[in-house]
Amino acid sequence: MNVVKTVDAKGLSCPMSLVKTKKAIDELTSGQVLEVHTTDKGAKNDLAAWAKVSGHKLVDMKEENGVLTFWIEKA
Amino acid sequence: MTEKKRTTIILFSGDYDKAMAAYIIANGAAAYDHEVTIFHTFWGLNALRKEEQVPVQKGFLEKMFAKMMPRGADKLGLSRMHFAGIGPKLIKQVMKKHNAMPLPQLIDMAKEQGVKLVACQMTVDLLGLKQEELIDGIEFAGVAAYLADASEGNVNLFI
Repeated sequence: MNVVKTVDAKGLSCPMSLVKTKKAIDELTSGQVLEVHTTDKGAKNDLAAWAKVSGHKLVDMKEENGVLTFWIEKA
Repeated sequence: MTEKKRTTIILFSGDYDKAMAAYIIANGAAAYDHEVTIFHTFWGLNALRKEEQVPVQKGFLEKMFAKMMPRGADKLGLSRMHFAGIGPKLIKQVMKKHNAMPLPQLIDMAKEQGVKLVACQMTVDLLGLKQEELIDGIEFAGVAAYLADASEGNVNLFI
């Protein structure tokens, strides 16, 4: 996976993980992957919905010790 | 990319919690790349007031209004459990604990994301507010400007 940027949104709550993710993905080019760390449980649905509607691809997601990690490929 | 979608929110309420909801939705919509407008009218205008007192010429009634209304986003009261001002203190404490963003920062974030903040000119005049008393970077408009945005809106809310 071509992870070029990581966003640390741990400890932040809605809507900050989304806003930070969006800002970071704006700086990527198509095909590059963004890694997002968050502890906001709502982000599970939030980022998945956002990626779907915005056309980006949610490549993978995992949950470990309360930290959610997302990999999003820019459209 | 196709043409941008549009979200419009009318913020009529001057309650801290309701304004917070409005600004969270606005920030979310901006993250969806929508063109976002928040149209502030009546009590919602208080969210746009500067905290400091600005010396302006006013009549007696306007001065009374200026005194009685909250000066700025941080001073807004709660729609429920206000408890004569203790409620907002408690909720801000809880928000800190949960790392939720306070309203003034949500407004800054919205501006940074290019959310268009509009003050309804008619109610600005009605409440005796002056342009200098409101934060910078906002527009002044009326119902026609709102409807022009809203008629193209994919999401239109009244809060």
